[in-house]
Amino acid sequence: MSILLNEETKVVVQGITGSEGTFHTRRNVAYGTNVVAGVTPGKGGQKWDDSVPVYDTVDEAVREVGANASLIFVPARFAADAIFEAADAGVGLIVCITEGIPVLDMARVYPYVQSRGITLIGPNCPGLISPGKANMGIIPGEITGPGPIGLVSRSGTLTYQVMYEMWTRGVGQSTCIGIGGDPIVGTNFIDVLGRFAEDPETKAVVLIGEIGGDDEERAASFAKENVDKPIVAYVAGFTAPEGKRMGHAGAIVSGSKGTAAAKAEAFESMGFRVGRSPTETALFAIEAVR
Amino acid sequence: MDLFEYQAKDLFRKYGIPVPDGKVASSPKQAGAIATKLGGNVVVKAQVQVGGRGKAGGIKLASTPAEAESVASQILGMDIKGHKVRRVLVERAGDIKSEFYASFLLDRSEKNRAVLGMASARGGVDIEEVAATEPEAIARVSVSPLVGLRPYHIRALLFGAGIPAEAHKGVGSLLEKMYEALVSGDGALVEVNPMALTGSGDVVALDAKVSIDDNAAFRHPDLEKLLDVSALDKQERAAKERGLNYVKLDGTVGIIGNGAGLTMSTLDVVAQAGGTPANFLDIGGGANAETMASGIGVILSDRKVKSLLVNIFGGITRCDLVAQGILEALQQLGDVKAPIVVRLDGTNAEEGRKILQDANHPNIVPSPTMLDAAAEAVKLAKKRRH
Repeated sequence: MSILLNEETKVVVQGITGSEGTFHTRRNVAYGTNVVAGVTPGKGGQKWDDSVPVYDTVDEAVREVGANASLIFVPARFAADAIFEAADAGVGLIVCITEGIPVLDMARVYPYVQSRGITLIGPNCPGLISPGKANMGIIPGEITGPGPIGLVSRSGTLTYQVMYEMWTRGVGQSTCIGIGGDPIVGTNFIDVLGRFAEDPETKAVVLIGEIGGDDEERAASFAKENVDKPIVAYVAGFTAPEGKRMGHAGAIVSGSKGTAAAKAEAFESMGFRVGRSPTETALFAIEAVR
Repeated sequence: MDLFEYQAKDLFRKYGIPVPDGKVASSPKQAGAIATKLGGNVVVKAQVQVGGRGKAGGIKLASTPAEAESVASQILGMDIKGHKVRRVLVERAGDIKSEFYASFLLDRSEKNRAVLGMASARGGVDIEEVAATEPEAIARVSVSPLVGLRPYHIRALLFGAGIPAEAHKGVGSLLEKMYEALVSGDGALVEVNPMALTGSGDVVALDAKVSIDDNAAFRHPDLEKLLDVSALDKQERAAKERGLNYVKLDGTVGIIGNGAGLTMSTLDVVAQAGGTPANFLDIGGGANAETMASGIGVILSDRKVKSLLVNIFGGITRCDLVAQGILEALQQLGDVKAPIVVRLDGTNAEEGRKILQDANHPNIVPSPTMLDAAAEAVKLAKKRRH
């Protein structure tokens, strides 16, 4: 099994005719993802790549072809609107890849999707992949395969690194989710850990954190109480200077709270192993399932 | 993006938040002229983006224009915690009856109600110390921007903070406008410390700290000109001009990665291998040869850099373009002494490695894994130091 995404999921891609949308949707389709529709306002009625119907609104895509998940590639200034549209159209899963959405936009989006029981992954994330089944987003499918490890991460390329380190040693994943590095993201570590805890095929979980905020500390406490599976953590940013911005709006250290050391310590104090590098993290995870 | 006090006060005026009359000056003479116009007592305040400037001697009172000119000449050019004072704000000094604290900020730990409002009757002091020693002296409310700031939120702040009844109307009105400035101006932080109740019963923002969410810059095109590039150092300025995500550090191993997480992780493994990172540079997703070339140029212009580590895991980024960029940079820069350790994996890694192999450039050291590459870069940096 996998969580959130499988070969049955019917995906509509918002922004499918844009250059990024087209590039990644092709890769997702080639992977076997069930892309049933695209949305680009003004291009309704066309066929994308001669196969996928394009609609003007998400609502049409849901009514006409039964889309139940949306993948968003629209530019930052229109992204919050795209998420609201998907939520109101009635999809249950929204994956927003877009980077650079204003924090206040997300402060409005978050309580809305939350109150409607919708799962929002991202924004500013690589999406998710259930290896061997479906890929929704920009994670390169060829660096992983099916297996017993669930992976959840705030980072993009760092996630690829750890997936690759496991897969080149012959161990694959059930589902890998990049939750995004922004201050306000739709799904946090705890939401994903809860799902992995209940998935019978996930035997161990890798959690990759970054500096800033206290989501990792909360995840450590939650996992101690609620997850009866081995968890291996990795935290990037031990050498990050305080108060300096390192790419993600969320990755700002303020005071002692939010440092990599404090986060690693939180996991270790709850009895979880913490890798010192992506390589060691992969090795610990492999040990946990063998 | 952090605003200077004088810029934040201009923004406050736009939202109807009362601030003292005043103007910014970059020379003592200008400061004196502003004091003459204002008449009477003035306060001269160093414009730096760091706390504790009062204790450092960056805020002084003056009772005549001549005195204002003289204290401005003392303050201008001062170094306050590594920040050089280039401007002073000259303001009319008022009579202060009592001082309060108020702020609104984006709070990632409370995502359903992500705007945190705070107020305290302990104003004009170090608020972080108050938070640590008597947290009950600071009232807090969490507001969902979908609901907006309601009268009950304001009452909760006024009563919770113990603001005296005579100031309720004035402080309440300021809170309302501060909230408006945050949500309409896309602020990450709007803070007033102190907020003063004057002898005549008015409430005024004596200080102003505003930080704007960079992601919202497209809604505020006028903000770009407020950015103070002169506060950045040479490499940071060059990186900014070329749109690179660069942070300067103090070590000898230059670092280029793709993605913030992987780049931070690269810094960490370099430190674990016994080296010191010289910088953070994330070339982002979909970087091309040009980005790569300008990134290498910026890093190698820092003379402390003894070796360079390029650590790429191609997702959207194509390793063949990265390899081309490295070669282009070496050609453009000409006489490069630092060795460049390169590790490529992911999209088009094979092609990228082949390009580097075929070029057979003396500076390029290919490395098979991230950990090997870090160890190699550290070793080479140490060798060149001796």
